[in-house]
Amino acid sequence: MIELHVNGRAARVTVDPATPLLYVLRDDLGLHAAKFGCGLGQCGACTVLLDDRAVFACLLPVGAVGERQVTTVEGLGDATTPGDLQQAFLHEQAAQCGYCIPGMIARAEALLRRTTTPSEDELRTAMAPSLCRCGTHMRILRAVRRAAVARGGGVPDPAKPVS
Amino acid sequence: MRRPRALRLTVQLAALVLLGASALLALAYRPAIAEIASPDPRSFDAGLVAQGAALARLGNCVSCHQAKSGRPYAGGYAVETPIGQIYGSNITPDERTGIGRWSRSAFARAMREGVGRDGRHLYPAFPYTHYATLADGDIDALYAFLMTRPAVRATVPANRLIPPLGVRPLLAGWKLLFFRPVAIRREVAQSQEWNRGRYIGETLAHCSACHSPRGLFQQERTDRRYDGGWSAGWYAPPLNEHSPAVRAWTAERLYTYLRTGLSRDHAAAAGPMGAVAYNLARADPRDVRALATYYAWWLRDASAARAEPPLPNRAATAAAAHPAGARLYAGACAVCHEPGAAMVEAGRPVLPLGTPLHEDYPADTIQIILKGLRPPTGASGPYMPAYADALSDAQVADLVAYLRARHGSGTPWSDLEHAVAEARETGE
Repeated sequence: MIELHVNGRAARVTVDPATPLLYVLRDDLGLHAAKFGCGLGQCGACTVLLDDRAVFACLLPVGAVGERQVTTVEGLGDATTPGDLQQAFLHEQAAQCGYCIPGMIARAEALLRRTTTPSEDELRTAMAPSLCRCGTHMRILRAVRRAAVARGGGVPDPAKPVS
Repeated sequence: MRRPRALRLTVQLAALVLLGASALLALAYRPAIAEIASPDPRSFDAGLVAQGAALARLGNCVSCHQAKSGRPYAGGYAVETPIGQIYGSNITPDERTGIGRWSRSAFARAMREGVGRDGRHLYPAFPYTHYATLADGDIDALYAFLMTRPAVRATVPANRLIPPLGVRPLLAGWKLLFFRPVAIRREVAQSQEWNRGRYIGETLAHCSACHSPRGLFQQERTDRRYDGGWSAGWYAPPLNEHSPAVRAWTAERLYTYLRTGLSRDHAAAAGPMGAVAYNLARADPRDVRALATYYAWWLRDASAARAEPPLPNRAATAAAAHPAGARLYAGACAVCHEPGAAMVEAGRPVLPLGTPLHEDYPADTIQIILKGLRPPTGASGPYMPAYADALSDAQVADLVAYLRARHGSGTPWSDLEHAVAEARETGE
């Protein structure tokens, strides 16, 4: 029996402690936002927050989570009351197939918790471990910049849009 | 009578101190070399500039002379030393903050004697102890290369050293004790390639600066050459008969490693070695081959050169001794690192062949787990993610203990949790 703290609530699961957190979130806790993309920590589709830091849920054994707080996209807001980052993604329509987006949002959330005034370089470096195959990168970046402003900050040297 | 005697002794002591200080200052004095008008970049021969560019790759100059988010050669990178932080200077041809007004002889004096244009002594974190024996032609080429780089106006932060080590005249004393340049003479018993490799390795590439131990005053231990050393929290393993590698370092394997940052039988170029591989991938391949020949010679008496041991399979005993580590490995690492896994198929070295698990210190294993690995030569490809945010100090310690027991050799590492905490503070 393993006890976890997920999205502000306690959860109890009975699984092999070596099971990656991603499977526990999806199969045992019904939280389907985080996705399986590669299982190798190369694509970022499984990204969740662990105590305010972005981690690959596909490479984190559930037995290693311990007391730390797990936050998934579901914990940032829902369809009726989206959080500010989710609002920004909606405003910028920053999704195409949507598969990379929960990972992108979790990774962006970790960045904004660390700083609301990242440089453009810091922003891109922070988002780099999450890949997008459809090509919505520019919209995703606009959404994160928008959310930074919403939190009282903003990217001081944003890249200029290509006309 | 006591008072006049005490007074006389005080005066004598003061006089001695004054004499000592004067002697030191006299010893330390170096005249400034006059500034020149900044040379026109077009005045330099294109071939010479190209030669200088290739030499700068071998010397990896940009590693210490470029800050993380700075411009090339504009300085600002903090070299961490046991005596504090020393910042690489701006060596772009900027007239105010760089070396734009340095004559060729000022540049040569800095490179060969560790004295700046204004006469001040330079800290041997800048490895002039190695550059002292560079040929004139190579100094000319490097000067031409640097003077034709884009000038960047950037003031470098002041060094932050433990007082009183910030007093530069003290370096004259250091040089007196430890700076003994020995001319590199051709070794007729060895090949042309070996000799070229020795010249590059001992001067420009300054490999022993990381791969040799240092004494109390940070001088390289010339009595223990290539016995292993430290750089920015990473351990640079021995390159001589004490090499812990479990596969022979032949010249061919060394060449592949230095040019691609990867050896299927040994390791990935990690930490500071990543930057070295990045630059050697862009240097003249003949010079890299020469380096490989020379260092394969240094490694000829390593135990793996005589016999390559079979890969042990201690999975069961390691899991029994370190069950927490085994569970962590199963969930966090096995998907890429078990035999038949994707990364192994993609040409990454299998864990038991990787040198880090066979070294005397756990530092490299820990750094790789915390920071991950990127393909160092800029090529795209699978990379190892960083686990610093996912795993706690205790978890990394458990994992490392398991890995050492399962795949490594040598005595088990101790004090691992402390080593992990330390590793988080250091390295890039």
